[in-house]
Amino acid sequence: MTAVESNQSKKNMTWLAIVSIPIMAYTLIPILWIMSLSVKSSATLADGKFIPAEVSWDNYKLILTGDAHSLFIPALVNSLVVCLVATLISVVLAMFAAYAIARLEFPGKKLILTTALAVSIFPVISLVTPLYNLWRAVGLFDTQIGLIIPYLSLTLPLSIWIMSAFFKQIPWEMEQAAQVDGATSWQAFRKVIVPLASPGVFTTAIITFFTAWNDFVFAISLTSERARTVPAALAFFTGASQFEQPTGAIAAAAVIVTVPVVILVLVFQRRIVSGLTSGAVKG
Amino acid sequence: MSTLVEGDVRETGPGGPGKAQLSDRAKAERTLGWKLAGPAFIIMLAVTAYPILNAVWLSLFSYRLTDPTARKFIFLNNYAVILTDGLWWMAVLNTVVITVITVAVELVIGMALAMIMNKIIIPRRTLRTIVLIPYAIITVVSAFAWRFAFAVDTGFLNHTLHALSFGAFSDTYDWFGGRWSAIFAICISEIWKTTPFMSLLLLAGLAQIDGSLEEAAKVDGATFWQRLFKVILPNMKAAIMVALLFRTLDAFRIFDAVFVMTAGSQDTSSVSLVAYNQTISRVEIGMGSAVSVLLFLCVLGISAVFVRSFKVDLSRVRGE
Repeated sequence: MTAVESNQSKKNMTWLAIVSIPIMAYTLIPILWIMSLSVKSSATLADGKFIPAEVSWDNYKLILTGDAHSLFIPALVNSLVVCLVATLISVVLAMFAAYAIARLEFPGKKLILTTALAVSIFPVISLVTPLYNLWRAVGLFDTQIGLIIPYLSLTLPLSIWIMSAFFKQIPWEMEQAAQVDGATSWQAFRKVIVPLASPGVFTTAIITFFTAWNDFVFAISLTSERARTVPAALAFFTGASQFEQPTGAIAAAAVIVTVPVVILVLVFQRRIVSGLTSGAVKG
Repeated sequence: MSTLVEGDVRETGPGGPGKAQLSDRAKAERTLGWKLAGPAFIIMLAVTAYPILNAVWLSLFSYRLTDPTARKFIFLNNYAVILTDGLWWMAVLNTVVITVITVAVELVIGMALAMIMNKIIIPRRTLRTIVLIPYAIITVVSAFAWRFAFAVDTGFLNHTLHALSFGAFSDTYDWFGGRWSAIFAICISEIWKTTPFMSLLLLAGLAQIDGSLEEAAKVDGATFWQRLFKVILPNMKAAIMVALLFRTLDAFRIFDAVFVMTAGSQDTSSVSLVAYNQTISRVEIGMGSAVSVLLFLCVLGISAVFVRSFKVDLSRVRGE
């Protein structure tokens, strides 16, 4: 019986391993495809081959130092500034809120979490019209601040959620235990609480940053030129001439903004998964 | 959703009954709680509640940004115009079709992926890592990758299909030339991008099922499908509902992929794209606001249906 069973589970394992190959191909094909496009020269761009016949760096030169760099580099800087500032503000505010939710007893806890949920399912485009009107009136249209403020509606609720789920798992009693053992409050906080809480804070920051980095709706609606971020700039890339498709340049720019993020995700895979799913199944 | 929030205020709002009996310590904890969580709470409201209320107000005007002096109060006229316009209903149909197809396909693929990831041993880490890649890619980039893949000139999909079907499939088929073929391409891009998120939520639910239940069913001779429908799925209903709710609402506000892949040509607009075109392209602030309010109401409606009929307790979804 046991021999049959282990034999069968071995067979299952092999079968699962084989199935995982097409799954991996499915997830990798579009990213490999955009990489392949980015290294095709304009002559071979339309050859329809998945694997480029030869590798050319022309598209990267075009967007990093060539004609398109005045479009791409400022957009990259805008994206980084806007997303980092929005993430920083959200994570700091959410840290206080999540601490209160995880550790303190006060009325309205449920209200805060429900509001965070309601805000996060909000249709982003619904905020665009009034903000467009308002930002034009007060001079925030096409500025970095004019993007950072609406980005908080994406990043803040997410940070509050993820971080409160993380903070609830922290064994807070250890702080008191350390104090009983003679540590000062500051020592207890620095030596016990900070190491326990920082993975959660860090993971929240990564997920929050992605959400802001991914935004397209606010970026194309509330900017026209100066504050345009990468996703918006990609959509408005034009070819070197009117008759030339900017496919190669878009592909190269896409690879530049995608690869670092993919590496980040792969490195912190475990934490990101736990952050994304934390508490989601307790309902 | 809004009634949920209001009910909460009445029940547990600060300064409610019972305050007098509280000890000083509990009082101090209350104050500290709101001092810490208050700023985040106020900012969340300020960046969403204020604009949406503003949109409701603006939607009652005939107001074009290029001609501010002609701004006129017209009450619900904008809504009447939109709801009798074929363009709006076309966008609603597109959005509903995209939502239903993508969410249904994602649920099936996501569930299959979750079950494989749950059982697999050999490339366990690698598989779980690689599956996350679509999540890490900007939606706009994913839409471009698929647009270029489907395109007649630069694409490889037509050539592949042509070869696989031994020439039956024309390799000059224009996917973006027709309404439903373009929507198909949009769906593929969306499904690819968001299935990992779905499968991770489902995997988390799957991991919580007591393994002995399935084992017992297996011993009793239940087939794979019996185990799936009688044991596994009922035991992870909550996780499925949460995943469905999130993805449905997310799919319903689809914008990025439609904008990049078709920009609404061939009657492929989504509701969000209609709102964008009214506001940004035509600077019809009044009309754009009305579309925004209608979209917001749709999202509220969908959430209400989920909460009511599936009894998803939203406050317990995360954190609590």
